[in-house]
Amino acid sequence: MQDLTARYGPVLAVRGVSLKVAEGEIVALLGANGAGKTTTLACIAGLHQSRTGQIRFDGQDVSRLSPERVLRRGISLTPEGRRLFSTLTVQENLLLGGAARGRRSRNDYDALLALFPILRERLHLPAALLSGGEQQQLAIARSLMSKPRLLLLDEPTLGLAPRLVRLVLDLIGRLREERGLSVLLVDQNVHQALELCDRAYLMRTGQIEAAGSPDELRRSREVQAAYMGVV
Amino acid sequence: MTQLIQELVNGVSLGSTYALLALGLAMVFSILGLINFAHGELVTIGGYTMWTLFNHGFPWPAVLVLTLAGTTLAAVAMERIAFRPLRGASIVTLLITSFAVSFFIQVALQIFVSAEPQGIGVPNWTDTVWHMGDVSLPAVKVVTFAVTIAAVVLLAVFLRRTLLGVAMRAAAEDFDAVRLMGVRANVVVVAAFAISGLLAGVAAVLFFTSAPGVDSGVGTPLVINAFIGVILGGLGNLYGAVLGGFVLGLATSLLDANLHGTYTQFSQAFALAIVVGILLLRPQGLVGRSEGLT
Repeated sequence: MQDLTARYGPVLAVRGVSLKVAEGEIVALLGANGAGKTTTLACIAGLHQSRTGQIRFDGQDVSRLSPERVLRRGISLTPEGRRLFSTLTVQENLLLGGAARGRRSRNDYDALLALFPILRERLHLPAALLSGGEQQQLAIARSLMSKPRLLLLDEPTLGLAPRLVRLVLDLIGRLREERGLSVLLVDQNVHQALELCDRAYLMRTGQIEAAGSPDELRRSREVQAAYMGVV
Repeated sequence: MTQLIQELVNGVSLGSTYALLALGLAMVFSILGLINFAHGELVTIGGYTMWTLFNHGFPWPAVLVLTLAGTTLAAVAMERIAFRPLRGASIVTLLITSFAVSFFIQVALQIFVSAEPQGIGVPNWTDTVWHMGDVSLPAVKVVTFAVTIAAVVLLAVFLRRTLLGVAMRAAAEDFDAVRLMGVRANVVVVAAFAISGLLAGVAAVLFFTSAPGVDSGVGTPLVINAFIGVILGGLGNLYGAVLGGFVLGLATSLLDANLHGTYTQFSQAFALAIVVGILLLRPQGLVGRSEGLT
């Protein structure tokens, strides 16, 4: 992704951001509230239309595509706040996740439920009745139904109990191991994100402020000042 | 007693027409946030289609199929030409546009088709009346009710059992999230309009089989009553819309029959007073607003 700029009316939420995710890599996008992380993901997914710059995936320009086309290219966003269809059942949410692939997604359905045993028990419940952790698993499972090669995860652990945070993070790691999935992860919890990722970017007021391996970032003054309570 | 049953039969039949239209209005509103006042013109277009086809000697089954196809296509064309360029516009913009579409169709029909009311030459067997004891049941009214219930059931099955139906229910909750699933926005929107057009076609066939004739303004009072039905049931709730349509139909019909002398001309006003009363007690409508499409 090159030189991405995005606006909300007159406000520049993202300014000249460039970043890269390699195949099978987990990359974290860190930063405080309002740093532009969510907007960056929304731009990649095609949800945010007011943007300039270029987004390339697999050598092809996807910068001007609608959300439905971006998904068909193999990029799936698990959005902030999960945005499950709360009146639909777990099963219906999952089937919609595979909508773009038609009947082929039915084959993956069982394999996917093996990854999320708790969802199998809840298939016919409305999504609104699931607990927070179950909802997050459903949101990720729904994204995976489209068989993406790049998963954009926006705050997947927000509001979860520590045990569930562990579960979700382990799951992300497993998905990379087992499926060769690339992940761009937005997280406010710097410690846990740095533990999981291969590389990370730190955003502040719409710009990339630091980038590198987890070790490099832990040592960098920006991260220490902002997140580790070291001055 | 006989008298009362007779009035109930009339009310249910009238309510069926409102319910079918209310269902289409609620469907489009749930997904697009558009209150389509040009929905009534779909019924008018259905009426003129029937008039034209019967005049040219088409057999009854062909008229039925072509009228349903005509209103469905008209609804899809309405979306494509008038509403798609305004996707994402404010609810007020959409509302005013729907009035413009409504006037445009009415005036176009007056200029190019007929400025006079036209009688529709429906076959004589539609006048059949069944008798149950002292109660006379016009076949059209019984069929109208049965078809309406069947349409509601079919729609419910469609929304639950097909992927497109599930996507439409999801779109009523969160349109952008449905696009993130790779479902094309236009497919969902066109489906909503097509279904509303088909339901308007069913309403048109049933309505004009017993109505004296068709004129360019016939859709306006129908859509207003259907809209009242939608509000009465709870905006954006399909079952509520159906229920609201029936309640309004029954109220109008019972008042029509039981008001005497000069009061007769105010039956609509009394019906609206009842609606206001219900909404004062239940501002959310009879069934209540819903987030999704239920």
